Amino acid sequence: MLDVYKIREDFPILSKKINNTDLIYFDNAATSQTPNQVIDVISDYYKNSNSNIHRGLHSLSADATDKYENARAIVKNHFGISNSFEVIFTSGTTHGINIISSGLEKELSSKDELIISEMEHHSNIVPWQMLCDKTGSKLKIIPMNSDGTLNIDKYKLLLTPNVKFVFVNHVSNTLGTINPIKEIIDLAHLNNSKVLIDGAQSAAHFKINLSELDVDFYVASAHKLCGPTGVGFLYGKSELLDSLPPYQGGGEMISNVTFKQTEYAELPHKFEAGTPNIAGVIGFGAALEYMNSIGFDNIEAYEKSLLDYATEKLKKIDGIKIYGDINEKISVISFNIKDYHPSDIGSILDQFGIAVRTGQHCTQPIMDHFNIPGTVRASFSFYNTKSEIDLFTDAVEKATSMLG
Amino acid sequence: MKSIQQIQNEIIDEFNFFQDWSEKYQYLIDLGKTLPAFDSDNRIDSNLIKGCQSKVWLNSSFNNNIIIFEADSDAIISKGIISLLIRVFSGHKPEDIIESNIDFIEKIGLNSHLSQTRANGLLSMVKQIKIYALAYQSKK
Repeated sequence: MLDVYKIREDFPILSKKINNTDLIYFDNAATSQTPNQVIDVISDYYKNSNSNIHRGLHSLSADATDKYENARAIVKNHFGISNSFEVIFTSGTTHGINIISSGLEKELSSKDELIISEMEHHSNIVPWQMLCDKTGSKLKIIPMNSDGTLNIDKYKLLLTPNVKFVFVNHVSNTLGTINPIKEIIDLAHLNNSKVLIDGAQSAAHFKINLSELDVDFYVASAHKLCGPTGVGFLYGKSELLDSLPPYQGGGEMISNVTFKQTEYAELPHKFEAGTPNIAGVIGFGAALEYMNSIGFDNIEAYEKSLLDYATEKLKKIDGIKIYGDINEKISVISFNIKDYHPSDIGSILDQFGIAVRTGQHCTQPIMDHFNIPGTVRASFSFYNTKSEIDLFTDAVEKATSMLG
Repeated sequence: MKSIQQIQNEIIDEFNFFQDWSEKYQYLIDLGKTLPAFDSDNRIDSNLIKGCQSKVWLNSSFNNNIIIFEADSDAIISKGIISLLIRVFSGHKPEDIIESNIDFIEKIGLNSHLSQTRANGLLSMVKQIKIYALAYQSKK
């Protein structure tokens, strides 16, 4: 088991005061905090290596390029990817999804169908709606069961011959549900459909091997993994990435430019037009190394113990309803108490220095499913403690008595 | 009839009695509970104020050069805050509302206890009230 108090020393923000009390940060599903090991690497990059990559012959540029490509190797190894050139650095999960959705514009027609699920984040809904508007393709939805799991039987029925792609999140950002993506992928492949997995909420909580999953595309963001904001990656099988057109034109993504014709660069550069977020990518690599130094098995076990502890304590509060209270979930708890508005509970918790998320969490279809205006969402990370959960549940009870 | 400034000063005096944020919040919650809820005819999208995380509906009527405001929200703290706004603005002439300088929010320390999202919502409410006043004034 990990030593949480030693780990907390790595995160300067965790000693911050909010409203004159110690910050309790339970909004990790929105963004995780950044350890010194990552902050220092980014700071060191600007102090000692700042230079443009893949262009200069000079030593600084070579140093920056080495560090950038080293981060790509770290991502490749961590996610069990076969080739470094299948890792495309992006500005985040949303960017990765948009590279694919825009790349498919010419590939799809009105005969084709796409599948998403009812529990997707808006970023895994809207790009596909936009794509369907342009191509005339049909969007089909895997329904959600009342316990917050996906209805896999219905999914099987939706997998008809015209389905070209399936886009599903690995873990629901609102409910924490871990979806059976291996089964989803295998069923899709039997149907000759390709699959993109939105890994924004899964990558931080357990180790994922993309080769074993045999997934076609996978996207994630660094800032949920103790890394900086504005960085993420897109994984794609090389033959699929090769078949897609570039997303943006510019420098770096070309091999030859004349006014008659331009040839595009090979993977991964074809999809990395312009100067990338070099410091961010290097920070992303450092974040993965940091989390691996703690160990994903330790993280997973510890976060599960936080989840179980918090769930048990919250369930004792009169009138609480937890959405998606199942075993196969990450350390996210979405709840409401009686008919109190989630923003009322969130505002009072903020006065106690407790950061939770309230609202729809960019998942309006989930709110519509449960017919609620929103939820209070507490999401725990490996640097949170049980004593923070004690203070949190005390504050929730205080909020309940104030509102009652 | 008290002026907008006089009402604001009264509210500032009332809040001076509170020792800490929890008393202020409890007061807002109690105000929110006493403000009558809209009937469903007025809980309509055209009355919604944009920029609030909770739903806030604002309705107004204009008679004898005086604007009457009514408001409702699905969140109780928002409702308490809008009940203060109604107390300040409702029953006044459009020109008085337009020219008013709203300082009670800051002076009762409310903005330091509101998240940025909430503070923006509050600004949207004040802005919407002044837009109504401008509209009624131009109709005269």
